[in-house]
Amino acid sequence: MSIDISQFLQTFYEESFEGLDIMESELLNLNVGSADKETINTIFRAAHSIKGGSGTFGLSSVADYTHVLETLLDEMRDGKRDVSQYSVDLMLQSVDVLREMLSALQSSEDLEHDRIASSHKQLTDLLSEGSSSSNEIDESVSSVEGNKENQSNGGWLIDFTPFPNLMKTGNDPVRIIRELDELGDLKIELDDEKIPSTDEIDPENCYLSWKLTLQTEADEETIKDVFAWVDDECDLKITPLVVSGEYTGPDRRDSQPVGQDRQIANRRSASKEQSSIRVGTDKVDDLINMVGELVITQSMLHQLHDVEEFNQHTLERLQDGLAQLEQHTRELQENVMRIRMMPISFAFQRFPRLVRDLSNQLGKSIELKLTGEQTELDKTVMEKIGDPLVHLVRNSLDHGIEMPDVRSEAGKPETGTIELNAFHQGGNIVIEIKDDGAGLNTNKILQKAKDNGLVKETDTLTKEQINDLIFQPGFSTADVVSDVSGRGVGMDVVRRNIRALNGTVDVSSSPGVGSVFTIRLPLTLAILDGQLVRVGNETYVVPLISIIESLQVKSEFVNAVTGSAEVYKLRNEYIPILRLYEVFDIEPDTKNLTKGMLVVVESEGQKIAIFVDELLSQQQVVIKSLETNFKKIDGLSGATILGDGTVALIADIVGLYHLYQKNIVPSELKVIHGGGVAA
Amino acid sequence: MTDAVAVAEDKENEDTETREFLTFMLAGEEYGVDILRVQEIKGWDSVTNIPNTPDYIRGVINLRGTIVPIIDMRLRFNLEQLEYGPTTVVIVLKVEKDSETVRTMGVVVDAVSDVHDVPTSQIKASPDFGTTVDMEFVKGLATVGEKMVIVLDIDHMLNSNELASLESIVNE
Repeated sequence: MSIDISQFLQTFYEESFEGLDIMESELLNLNVGSADKETINTIFRAAHSIKGGSGTFGLSSVADYTHVLETLLDEMRDGKRDVSQYSVDLMLQSVDVLREMLSALQSSEDLEHDRIASSHKQLTDLLSEGSSSSNEIDESVSSVEGNKENQSNGGWLIDFTPFPNLMKTGNDPVRIIRELDELGDLKIELDDEKIPSTDEIDPENCYLSWKLTLQTEADEETIKDVFAWVDDECDLKITPLVVSGEYTGPDRRDSQPVGQDRQIANRRSASKEQSSIRVGTDKVDDLINMVGELVITQSMLHQLHDVEEFNQHTLERLQDGLAQLEQHTRELQENVMRIRMMPISFAFQRFPRLVRDLSNQLGKSIELKLTGEQTELDKTVMEKIGDPLVHLVRNSLDHGIEMPDVRSEAGKPETGTIELNAFHQGGNIVIEIKDDGAGLNTNKILQKAKDNGLVKETDTLTKEQINDLIFQPGFSTADVVSDVSGRGVGMDVVRRNIRALNGTVDVSSSPGVGSVFTIRLPLTLAILDGQLVRVGNETYVVPLISIIESLQVKSEFVNAVTGSAEVYKLRNEYIPILRLYEVFDIEPDTKNLTKGMLVVVESEGQKIAIFVDELLSQQQVVIKSLETNFKKIDGLSGATILGDGTVALIADIVGLYHLYQKNIVPSELKVIHGGGVAA
Repeated sequence: MTDAVAVAEDKENEDTETREFLTFMLAGEEYGVDILRVQEIKGWDSVTNIPNTPDYIRGVINLRGTIVPIIDMRLRFNLEQLEYGPTTVVIVLKVEKDSETVRTMGVVVDAVSDVHDVPTSQIKASPDFGTTVDMEFVKGLATVGEKMVIVLDIDHMLNSNELASLESIVNE
């Protein structure tokens, strides 16, 4: 029986990375000094699975390395070793090394042997140091086999009774027995009494049990190791063999259980693609139900296909059918979207480690609070939001939270707090990164901006506008460029990345109290909540996320600055008016501001009022790229197809504003020709 | 003049080979495009205008869920604009942007004419008119019976300046 195991390799890598994530988060949960046994157990199991898997796939470097780690954990689990801060640090480090090893192997790159060797040595050194609470360990280095306490006088009697479903979980008793055989001289006695008559037999069940007598030098742990994969799927009794008795069991060949070949087939099939998605079966079941409904509706409508003449009755049925079809389509759409939804904890889970490492490095004391981890968002959005989030958190750590002595002087607790919070708000997901640090220093930012020429000396800016300057390219007020941040290639990239996801990022801050960065993202990249607006014969879609309000113009609130740039006074704020027909060069119904509508939108902290002829409906639109067959157009982020099959263009607020800024220059010159269009 | 060289090479290698061209009418002249590039032919329908683009880009249409730009060939060649009539059609073409990406675009022409089998040897390089005439998008001239067919280089034509997405990258 030969099986190409390479097809399972991808699954192994995926599972191993998951295992490493578990190890990491559990290690961070571990209280030094009073470690929870269950936590250690979880870590141990994860390490053990990686070791077992890597052994199976012949990745000996990983297996060897994990073995040492596992031994260390095993001693902790048995209470033979105290959980010290050093060992936790070391194990966290080894998680990193393992992750690097696995990803290097996955992409067939060379391993960093030096780093692995040095980390390996640190671990073995730690092991050989023994431990404060060790009772028995003398010279046992890096191997449980040296644990003399459990060593028996030459053998073990093993009662192995698998539960019937053992083989369904992909385990194979024969493999276990073969492994035992390698440890020493094995005698096997098969108990086949439980095998039912042929017509009752379930070929996937295991009806057999074994009495195994093993003559070996190996200790109990080693034998338990062999059964580690199945220890919750069988009754296992291991007793030392005091008198070495002779067993004459049946030939081992006879013990081959029925359906043994299935073990691999029952394993989860490996995914070929790098990016796979794990979907809960309930979601898939829902989908199947819905498709079923859809088929029923379709057949119902099909019956009407042959109707020659519509009467009252058939017409009613047709309407019913169409109404059902609409409902099913909507449900199907929502459910398909749900498949791509994942809880944001996938993006959050790296932060406990990051905060811990960085705060150590910076000598700060910081507590991280995570809330709303179960908030779901689209997988593609999740993948792209990771890096900006890391950047913002690093930033808060480095610039936001002050050193402990500064904090206590300011009357704040020495331990700073960073809060990551995620929640849904009207079709968007909002992620907040809140710190209770020093807040943004507006004077410093303004000075820096003036030095850099981003702002003219004479400009007066609001606090919000000043805070917004940190998102400008090449802007950093950090006095010292550190390893963590301060190179000024950051916040602008953060904003650009978030904007690429059709999202926004804003900051609010008060000196001495802290800063809050707020990221707003659409739940999915494929669908957008839009407000349809009409200008002349054209329909445009304005993303609902950026709309603050829409209003009718009162002419007394319109002012023309320097004759051409119009502003609208809205509750003590002056908002520039962008006439969409001017920017897009189309013929509108009206150029009279009072006859149309103003849509007030905000992006990047800048509000603009877009003048359109009419507001149409609000609806969800499917975003289609213009670039696939054409090119990027300034002021547009894409296109969509409306219910009547026509194409509507989706406005890009930031791009519009840039267009507007370009437009404003020539119109200043136009004033001479009376070009300033008045209400 | 690389086009001429390419045509000459074709001639040497595939002396007996013929290629099929779909021809269409534009201001009385017959133009040909490689038929393998033609995805479909459809009647003129209203388009959605795209702001701040040259006149010859009429707009975009929804072609079974894909957004496809429509280019008016008369305007592209600086010919006199004609009211769209019953024979006006849109030829939907597959255009190679580079070896990997294929874009779908539609061109508006006066009328579809015919499908011709043209021996590759019959395609002659277009004469050099100097700089006075824009022959950039013409691959060659083919003789079919008594008629002359202007063979277009659609990849070149539909990827030029205003249509290329490269431009937007440069702008950023």
